Amino acid sequence: MSESHGMVPVWFFVGVILLIYGVVILATGLYEFSHPPATVLAYLHPAIWWGALLTVVGGVYVYVYLPRKS
Amino acid sequence: MSFPLSFCSLALLAADRQTASRLISLHSPDIAIIAVYFAMVLGIGVYLRRYTKRGEDFFLAGREMTAWVAGLSFVSANLGALELMGWAAATYQYGILAAHWYWIGAIPAMLFLGIIMMPFYYISKTHSVPGFLRLRYGESARALAATMFTFMTLFMAGIDMYAMALVLKVVLGWDINFSIWVSSITVAVYVALGGLFAAIFNEVLQFFLIWLGALLIPILGLMETGGWSGLVARIHQNFPQGDYTHLWRTMGSFAGNPMGIHWTGIVFGLGFVISFGYWTTDFLVVQRILAAKDIRAAKLAPILGSYFKMAVPFIVILPGLLGLAVLPFKLVPASAVGPGQHSYNEVLPLMLARYCGPGLLGLGITALIAGFMSGMAGNVSAFSTVWTYDLYRSFFKKNAADDHYVKMGRWCTILGVLISIGTAYLVMQFASIMDYVQALFSFFIAPLFGTVVLGMLWKRASPAGGFWGLLCGTVSSIGMWALVRANPHMLAYIALSSNAKPMAENMYRALWSWIVCVTVTVVVSLLTSPKPVEELTGLVYGCTELPSEGHLPLWKRPIFWAAVSLVIFLLLQWIFW
Repeated sequence: MSESHGMVPVWFFVGVILLIYGVVILATGLYEFSHPPATVLAYLHPAIWWGALLTVVGGVYVYVYLPRKS
Repeated sequence: MSFPLSFCSLALLAADRQTASRLISLHSPDIAIIAVYFAMVLGIGVYLRRYTKRGEDFFLAGREMTAWVAGLSFVSANLGALELMGWAAATYQYGILAAHWYWIGAIPAMLFLGIIMMPFYYISKTHSVPGFLRLRYGESARALAATMFTFMTLFMAGIDMYAMALVLKVVLGWDINFSIWVSSITVAVYVALGGLFAAIFNEVLQFFLIWLGALLIPILGLMETGGWSGLVARIHQNFPQGDYTHLWRTMGSFAGNPMGIHWTGIVFGLGFVISFGYWTTDFLVVQRILAAKDIRAAKLAPILGSYFKMAVPFIVILPGLLGLAVLPFKLVPASAVGPGQHSYNEVLPLMLARYCGPGLLGLGITALIAGFMSGMAGNVSAFSTVWTYDLYRSFFKKNAADDHYVKMGRWCTILGVLISIGTAYLVMQFASIMDYVQALFSFFIAPLFGTVVLGMLWKRASPAGGFWGLLCGTVSSIGMWALVRANPHMLAYIALSSNAKPMAENMYRALWSWIVCVTVTVVVSLLTSPKPVEELTGLVYGCTELPSEGHLPLWKRPIFWAAVSLVIFLLLQWIFW
């Protein structure tokens, strides 16, 4: 889509926002071990595994689509 | 699709007046997640400014989008926050029947767009759907379509804006003025800077946010109920009198299902006329495909989009069904909400609050905000293109430099947002305007499909036929709507049953107006002179040499993926019959 212009691909932006969100949600999930939220199925710790998923997906997108000089 | 908004946003108005307390309280991680979203969309707009120097860049994203980007953007432009909340609410009310709007109400039309219509849109190198009408039928048809489209788009953007501000007030307790101005200014800035590039980039971003923000609800919900069979068992236990889990079984009569609609209305009204009208001629969505880099990408984009559209019920319909299964209280119509009660429209936020704690809640709310802003960006980017190319350049300043039109596009993006804000405040004062404007939008779409598809497939269709068909189809639709308002008994004639409900009226009115449009177009065309065949090259089937795909392996051809999509669509109908 963007190689001819040297434009950063949209997938990179997707990766950045997912990575940031993943880290924030993962950190919140860790905090919830000591302060569990009043939600149904909170004992499954969805914030931990969903935050981890976002972090991994975001990280992969950032790595693959990182703008490189070459 | 725009038609669900009518009941959703009107009902939300009622909800606003009667719901005193907010549904959800946000914590600092949620606020941080929302703030990051705003920073990201503005950053993308600022970054893309440097790539939008030419008209082709600003209005059509340089025509260099891959099939994936164009396809995701195509689906995303339609996946607004009100769409999500409205159809989750409809599912709580009508059950899985609401999935018709995602399957038969979308998939055949998207495949038809990709395989049959896209080649003509793309080869003609038009900038817009009204632009195609000019090439095919002449200035009068284009002027009619462009004028209707610009007015309706701005009004719809304003209505969406107000309805979303109401959602944020009801769900989060946010001030309406704050929501309207902050979100509108953000959209105005990034679209005015980055044009369609920025709109498409943000729509792709929104696609991921919506899926990742909403996907936890069905996953955790199915865990709670013990899978699909557990979900169905709980619904039968909670609502033993209704059938909420079958798509077609209850559609044999108008009185047999809560929507009050017969299967002919769903198949011919929704599945054919309304769906084809929306997905193949509404420039808001077609513009995303026109930005594709080549004809194969343009054909593939709506076909890829059809797979994602087919999956959307997982994050919209399933939460509505889960609401029926697991909520410890029953939701009520918005007009009947009393103290301590919740309306159908609140089912999605309620399910979000049920399963998502801090952080995840912020992600879900961001998905709703992103859906709203993306829908509005779609409206204003389509408006600025149609205004600049189809009205301003045609009727006010014909031969200006390309740079002049780009400036016009940027300024009318800002102006469009300001007019939409004005509309939002107007709707706040006179809520009944919403009914009229949304009805007007639906009046126009079904006849427009008749005009465009005849123009593409029938070379005998004449300029006079195209114009008069479109005009008569639209006027007949308005006439039927007014007739039912003046005399409700007329509904029995228009929708073919006295048991028909408003949803059925929309389906049949669209069908009749399409038939009027096609009939008038055919009759007038046969009585008037057609365009010379040499002027129809690139516009009409039979006069256009379409590029061959014979050199590609089967799995790379759009027709192959369209066939697979169609098979999956038919399987879904069979599974949930």
